[in-house]
Order: sequence, then C-alpha cells, then structure tokens
Amino acid sequence: MNSIVRTLKSKLGGALQKRIALYLLLVFFAALFLTPLFIVISTGLKTFQDARLAAMWTLPPEISFEAFSQAFSRLAPHLRNSLVLVIPATFLSAALGSLNGYVFSKWRFRGSDTIFALMLFGMFIPYQSILIPLVVSLREIGLYGSLGGLILTHVVYGIPITTLMFRNFYAKIPDELLDAGFMDGLELLGAYRRIIVPLSAPGLVVVVIWQFTSIWNDFLFAVTITQRPGVQPITVALQNLAGSQVVEWNVQMAGALLAALPTLIIYIILGKYFVRGMLAGSVKG
Amino acid sequence: MIRSKREIRKAVLLVAPSIVLVGVFVYGFILWSLRTSVSAWEGIRPDYTFVGLQNYINLFRSTRFQIDLWNTAYFTLFFIVLCISLGFLLAFLINRNVRGEDIFRTIYLFPMALSFIVTGVVWRWMLNPTFGVNVILANLGLPSDWGWYTDPTRIAGFHVALTALILAAAWQFAGYTMAIFLAGLRGIPSEVVESARIDGASEIYIVRKVIVPMLKPITLSAVIVLGHISLKIFDLVMAMTGRGPRFATDFPGVFMFETTFTGNRYGEGAAISIVMLIMVAVVVVPYLYYSFKRED
Repeated sequence: MNSIVRTLKSKLGGALQKRIALYLLLVFFAALFLTPLFIVISTGLKTFQDARLAAMWTLPPEISFEAFSQAFSRLAPHLRNSLVLVIPATFLSAALGSLNGYVFSKWRFRGSDTIFALMLFGMFIPYQSILIPLVVSLREIGLYGSLGGLILTHVVYGIPITTLMFRNFYAKIPDELLDAGFMDGLELLGAYRRIIVPLSAPGLVVVVIWQFTSIWNDFLFAVTITQRPGVQPITVALQNLAGSQVVEWNVQMAGALLAALPTLIIYIILGKYFVRGMLAGSVKG
Repeated sequence: MIRSKREIRKAVLLVAPSIVLVGVFVYGFILWSLRTSVSAWEGIRPDYTFVGLQNYINLFRSTRFQIDLWNTAYFTLFFIVLCISLGFLLAFLINRNVRGEDIFRTIYLFPMALSFIVTGVVWRWMLNPTFGVNVILANLGLPSDWGWYTDPTRIAGFHVALTALILAAAWQFAGYTMAIFLAGLRGIPSEVVESARIDGASEIYIVRKVIVPMLKPITLSAVIVLGHISLKIFDLVMAMTGRGPRFATDFPGVFMFETTFTGNRYGEGAAISIVMLIMVAVVVVPYLYYSFKRED
C-alpha cells in the first residue's frame, strides 16, 4: 500500500514538475519575444541624457515624453500620409476582391479556375520584377511620386490576395441559398447585393485587417514611388529618421513605436481575424 | 446550379477589369522587365537596344551577385529551419491545455503585425555590438564579443553577419509558423493520439510517428510562404544593415534596387529582378499547381 502511495505521489509529482517546466518554458519564450518591445518602450521614455548606448538595458530613471513628442512632431505628417493611402487602397481592393471572389466561387465559367490560379501567382512575385515598368507607367500617366500612384499600385497588387480570401469565404455559403434567390427572380448582381453582401461581414473584416496591415507596413512600393518627403508614408519616414546620424536613439525608438501602433492596436483588439487572414493567405481554405 | 448563358457572360464582365489589371500589371510588366533585362538601358532615358544576355553574363560574373546568391541560400535555409522548429515547439507547448493560452499566443504572434522597417530599426539597436544583447550575454557568463551585423567573417560561404538578420526575421515570423502548426495540431482528431497512448506509445513516438506525419502538408505551405519571403527580402535589410561590410548582408533585392534607382543601370537591374522572379517561381509554381490539382 505504502509503495503504491509512493509511486502515485512521485507520478503526481512528476506531472506537477512537467507542468511547472511547461509554464517556465512558455514564460521564458514570452520574455524573449517581448524583449524588443521592452527596449523600445523603455528607451522611448528616457530623457536625452539617459538614452545612451551604455544605459540601454536599464529602466528609465525618470519617465519623459520628450522623445515621443519629438518623434510625433517629425512623423505626424507621414502618419497622415499613410492613413490617406491605406484607407482608400484597403477598401477599393476589398471591393474588387469581393466581386471577384463571388464570381470565382459561385459563377465558375470555362477557364475560370485557370485564370484564378494565374491571378494568385501575382501575390507571390517579387515586386522588383515589375518595378521598372511600374515606375515608367506611373510617370506616363502622371501618378508617379503621388499618393494616388501608390493607392493604384496597392489596389492592383492587392487583387490576388483579396480575391483568394473572398473566394474561400464565399465557398462556404451554400449554393442552395443562391438558387433560392434565383428562383425568386434575382440575377447576378441582385443575388450579390441581397444574399452575398449581407453575409460578407466576417470575411470583410479579415480582408480589411489584412490589407490595412500589409499596406501600412509596405516599404518597397513606398520608397520607389514617393521620392518627395511631403508624400512619403510612415515606413519611409521612419527609415529616414533611423538612417540619419543626428537623431537620438530614444527618438528613433519612440518613432518605431508610433509607426507600429496602428497595426499593433488592430492586432491586439481583432487578433482572431488577423490570424484568420494570415492562415487564409497561406493555407488554402 | 442553373445559370443562363447571358448571366454567365455578365459574371465574366464583372471580373474582367481585375483580370485586365492583373494581366497588365503582373504579366505585361514581367514581359516588359524581361525586355528591359536584355537591353542596353543605362541612364535616365529608356534605351531598348538589344544586347542579348550580356546583362545576365555580367551579373553572374560579378562578385557582388555571387555573394548575394550565397547569402540568399544561407539566409533562406536558417530562417526556415529556425521558424519551423521554434514555431513547432511553441505550438506543441501551447497545445497542452495551457492556462492563459490566449496571452501566450498573442505575445508570440505580435511581431507579425509590425513592418520589417520597425523590426529592423529595433533590432539594429538591440544587436549593436558595444552595448546590445552582448551586455546581457556577458552578465550570463556567455561569450559576448559578437560583432553581429558588423562582423565581416565568412565561413564556408556563410557570412556571420547574416545571423543578426536571421534572428530578427525569425523573431518576426516564428509566431506565424506557430499559428499554422497550432491550427494543424487542433485538426488532428484526439482519438488518433489517444489510441496511440493507450497502445503504450511513448510521447516522443507519438510526436514522431503520429503528429509530425499529419502536419506534413501544412509544413509544406509554411516552407513555401517563408521561402518566398526570404527570397525577396529587402525591407529588413535596408532598415537594419544595408549591404553590410563587403556585402556581408547584401541580397538580390537590395542589389536590384541600388543598381536600378541609384546607379540608373536599368538593364542590369531588370536582369536581377528576373533572376529573383525565377527563383520564386521555381518554389511557388509547383505548389500552386499541386494545390489546384488536389482541389479538383
């Protein structure tokens, strides 16, 4: 009896130890992942005197917002540029993706699957391979160097991913629902408006979050198309800020946090949808 | 489903604008780049004088491009291995009925919401050789004289400076592989694992013979996604290191950008971009082909 109790105890002890080890590991990795964020916030909150390399890992002796206010005054115009760029580009590409997704899932025509696959290839290409013609063409139509040109670019190259996401989302809407609508005399666009659009909200949220994040975070198109500082979005401005030798580290870190904040807030509030978009972009639904 | 011919024609018209846009901006522009890559275009003004494969020949002869290809190969390899192993480990740990699962998941995944520029700026500061992570390593009694991205050492073609970029990139994407594996693990019917356990299989055996084989398809998608990101890498490099000492952290994407828009050597820049496209296509096209075949 005693021996049974002992083995039981050691087994339970083993399980408990395993459990503790599990949580220790999880916390260790969490600390590892959070270290850069800690550095950003801690350095950003330091005064200019305290933000020396040597004091990198120490907490700010006094909390100061001077770095944030300086970073904000430098970056505010670019945050605004990014918003002016991201909002229309996101909604236009979502609208096109929704129409395409509807047709590619519910109105398959001869060759539609092939066309869809060819379209998808567009989301994997290195954009360098279309960059020179893009610049030349945007110059030709007078959109080079403007946010308008950047919006057009993001709308066009957003088509493949938004189409994919909506197509997979609409594929889950039963065909019978549409058939019933057709019986009632609805046609192509009527069925889209009356049946598909009202059911689109969850898919739309995923697509909007995804597009907002990718366009906000884009650097290659932004740095190529917007040369004038006045129209540059936040990523380009942050890169310039960090590249300049005279800007102190606390301002750079505060700037990095400001640039990250919009997408970070969306991620924290709507993380579930963010993950769904991420998986939809890679695993076929 | 019954669809009238007229309605189907209307449906085609509905997607026609997108098809035309993608046709022109993706396929048309690729052909245009291809044409540029066999042209003599140098300087601001376009010059489409045909020079054959001259740009490609110059490219593959140049030391910088050879280094770029080595860097791409090594970066891709280590970045994928690190993301897959760390992602699997995290998913495996989180999948054991962890309390506060949401919090851990949110923490591991948040770097995915950031731009490569933010990541690069922060990691450049963290890995600066004098006072960065080295200080922590020294406090732990570990080797702490790493040069990180300033290290020009090269071992068997591998630039040690790449380590800095690999760590930053893996920090950003390990959460992504975790999310993929977590979705995969949750998709494995619990009876399968339970019955193996009842049969007396050890935990390691279950992982190796039951779980890993079932995760193979999604591992493949993860590898494709990570692979095509690393073949195109540009933003992170620009923000963190630039081309580095003796091109230690140079990549085709950076080379293309500098050649084209700083050097105004459009013909050669286009050639680099076409090589990049071919590298990505070799990985992605078979994947797209097979996933569509499976769907039919």
